[in-house]
Amino acid sequence: MYSRTYKSLVSIPPLFWVGAFLLLPYALMFAHSLWTVREGVIVHQWNWENYKTLFTNPLYAEVLFRTMRIAASVTLCSLLLGYPLAYYLAFHAGARKELLYQLVIVPLWVSYLVRGYAWKTILGSDGVLNAFLQYLHLTHEPVGFFLYSPFAVVLMLTHIYTPFVFLPIYAALEHIPRPLLEASQDLGAGSLQTFWRVILPLSMPGLLAGATFAFVLSLGDFLAPLLVGGPSGTMIANVVQSLFGAAFDWPLGAAISMGILVITISLLFLGEFLEKRWAFK
Amino acid sequence: MKAQLTTRRSPILAIYAALVFAFIYFPIVVLVVYSFNRDGVGGFPPRHLTLSWYTQLFADSSVWDSVLNSLLVATGGVALSLMLGLLAALALDRASFPGKVLFRRLVLLPLILPGIITGLSLLMFAVFAGVQLSLLTVFLGHGTALISVATTELFAGLQKLDRAQEEASLDLGATPWQTFWRITLPNLKLSLIAAGLLIFTLSMDEIAVTFFLIGRDNTLPLEIWGRLRRGITPEINAVSTLIFAVSVALIVIWYHLRSRSLDAPARELFEQP
Amino acid sequence: MSASPANPPEQNTAEGATLLEVRNVSKRFGATEVLKNISLNIACGEFLTLLGESGSGKTTLLRLIAGFEQATSGEIWMGGERLDVLPPYKRPVNTVFQNYALFPHLSARDNIAYGLRVKRTPVSEISGRVEEALSMVKMQGFAASRPSQLSGGQQQRIALARALVNRPQLLLLDEPLSALDANLRKQMQSELKALQREIGITFLFVTHDQEEAMALSDRIALLRDGALEQVAAPRETYARPATAYAAQFIGQTNLLHGEIRGSIATCGALRWPCEEADGSVVFSLRPEAIRLSADGKRQTNEVRFRAAVRQQLYGGSTELLEVDCGKGQTLRVRVPACGRLTGEHDFVFSISDAVRVQE
Repeated sequence: MYSRTYKSLVSIPPLFWVGAFLLLPYALMFAHSLWTVREGVIVHQWNWENYKTLFTNPLYAEVLFRTMRIAASVTLCSLLLGYPLAYYLAFHAGARKELLYQLVIVPLWVSYLVRGYAWKTILGSDGVLNAFLQYLHLTHEPVGFFLYSPFAVVLMLTHIYTPFVFLPIYAALEHIPRPLLEASQDLGAGSLQTFWRVILPLSMPGLLAGATFAFVLSLGDFLAPLLVGGPSGTMIANVVQSLFGAAFDWPLGAAISMGILVITISLLFLGEFLEKRWAFK
Repeated sequence: MKAQLTTRRSPILAIYAALVFAFIYFPIVVLVVYSFNRDGVGGFPPRHLTLSWYTQLFADSSVWDSVLNSLLVATGGVALSLMLGLLAALALDRASFPGKVLFRRLVLLPLILPGIITGLSLLMFAVFAGVQLSLLTVFLGHGTALISVATTELFAGLQKLDRAQEEASLDLGATPWQTFWRITLPNLKLSLIAAGLLIFTLSMDEIAVTFFLIGRDNTLPLEIWGRLRRGITPEINAVSTLIFAVSVALIVIWYHLRSRSLDAPARELFEQP
Repeated sequence: MSASPANPPEQNTAEGATLLEVRNVSKRFGATEVLKNISLNIACGEFLTLLGESGSGKTTLLRLIAGFEQATSGEIWMGGERLDVLPPYKRPVNTVFQNYALFPHLSARDNIAYGLRVKRTPVSEISGRVEEALSMVKMQGFAASRPSQLSGGQQQRIALARALVNRPQLLLLDEPLSALDANLRKQMQSELKALQREIGITFLFVTHDQEEAMALSDRIALLRDGALEQVAAPRETYARPATAYAAQFIGQTNLLHGEIRGSIATCGALRWPCEEADGSVVFSLRPEAIRLSADGKRQTNEVRFRAAVRQQLYGGSTELLEVDCGKGQTLRVRVPACGRLTGEHDFVFSISDAVRVQE
């Protein structure tokens, strides 16, 4: 029912924009990753040297593994916090459901930086937590390991991604037809069995969507390590950031970025594939 | 409630949920409380409440310059991403062209991709095109990254729009152009407002992409970022508290708008006996 | 299969002249052929119904005429002008949509005024015509209401007014009553019929409900799997169904399979003279054409048979019997309410009521 003119008018501008501002930049990134830097100048000679460096220098593998570990911890913690919360809201909150839901949403809108900063003020050696512990006479001098550690990064990112993980799980739980739960109980399943055999499988797509989201975004984060991570909390994106900054090796930085991009996209496809396998109509 | 049968008291779960809420809100509460603390960030318990950090903040012209910059970028970003996002959503909903699947994935990619990738690729593009980094590059970066948000929201809105509405309009003699303005857009009003508010907030808050595209003029988050490296002061708490307050105000406005435009007829039905 | 109307409908202008011509129209969606070479004429002022099961192509034909779909082949003409090359907004037809498709962001009045406004009708004229349309559907008091504040029947009326205010030459109605409950539906049927008589606009009505089609239409075009099965006035279609499908779809019937040999038709236990060529045949015999023969006597041109009553379904004024004529043949018989019947009885029907139909 839509004419050819209509279809062209709506398609061409976004196609052009996406081509110029997304596709072309990604292509440029790939091109950079095949170049090298000599004496502070980018040499436009195609080669795979940067990728070889990544695979041969164990330092990069080490940072990547640490990053993966942190991202996995964030994902797990967000699920452990987000799932029960979603479950409580969907099945037990009664009339307060709508209000509580909005209370989870509010922090989503609150600045990433503001929340990161808040953790910095809490965990610092002269921060709120240490002052509180000394106030209670539990400790007598500031505890240093709260801030500037992988733990702090996991804590901050978990705080940020718990609402993100909550949302798709809650949506999935809300979409489970209630008669199914009654049927399960009618057939003799207890609450725990109903959860394992009916609710968890049916909420799996939401759980996977939330987990993918938390993992992928944690994987590429470079701000949390800068804010609360310290040297021991350095992640792969920090390496990229310093290569583009002080170290001035754009080609190597681009190669690592390509790596992050490939890992991210593979994870998204994996997540999507698993979600489809778990989806029931 | 429809879930009556399955709603049972479960104290352990309720306590757990309360703890999660506490975890989510604890840093925000700390932030707000210490913005009024005379003795600075840290120390327990907070004593000597004062507004002096706020007065100091209001006198700080570089903060207000950065706020203005952020407002400029966010307003432009909303306009750009809504326009392109609307077209992209219409194209995805109604047109068919080679590479449509790839196009959809590309448009949505910045939504899920770490900001550093989007930021760096655009930085390389700016250098490649010989463009000086400035607020303009930040605006283009935000606009491009947030098309994904606009497209998702508006596509969802289009899916809810009954195709028969547009057919009825054409049937009554309206041209496709008239139909777009009189039927399609008004039906998308809610999605447009929702997407606009969301994009505005995200842009005001954006730091990962901005980090690589910023020129001499700072946006608010980067101004804060720069101050953090010099050490933390309750002035940052104060500005963060204000950002928080504005965010909450925007959500309240959004909910208000949504409930009014969605429920108004139904509510009137209930109120009129 | 095109047919000229057997009984030209009553109307005030251009009596019986052809308004719309569908010529050899076919429509494919991918590999499926939804409409197969349809030809159909609609006369000025006529109330024509497209009747068929879901998937028979009736809605697709309507959408081709409205302009929402393009025919794969064939042409549609209206008053000497080719219609199928025009976009929907340039066609002098309007549609009442299945779920009304009222614009939720506009009041009833603005919904009705929509077509006039987009065609830049002078403002002074709009309000008068909108009022007129509102009173035509008896909805004067609801001009300011939003669609969500109106009941289904009220929405239906506004949808009708919104289409009629444009004074279309042809009004297309896509199952407009299907969303209403049974009582309201009956009432709307009679109002719709009265309205059509009054304003004299040609109606093309789509429905899957054969009773509705019979009650409203001047002619019924019965569609089956994308092809026209029969186009005729309701009485004609009921009394002289062209095919076994038509006989079964419109009303209830007994299909008698048998053969003609030497001018005698034999269908199971039943035999009667029939002056047609030898071969196998199917007859349609309506249940109410068979009646109990109290005295067991038979007139000329009647068939009498004895059958056992197997089942009796009471229906108030009538009873539906299932009778066994032997040789495994059962017939359905509708008789006036008569109290309990058991055992064997004599039944008769007149030979002219056994209508030969195509398989």
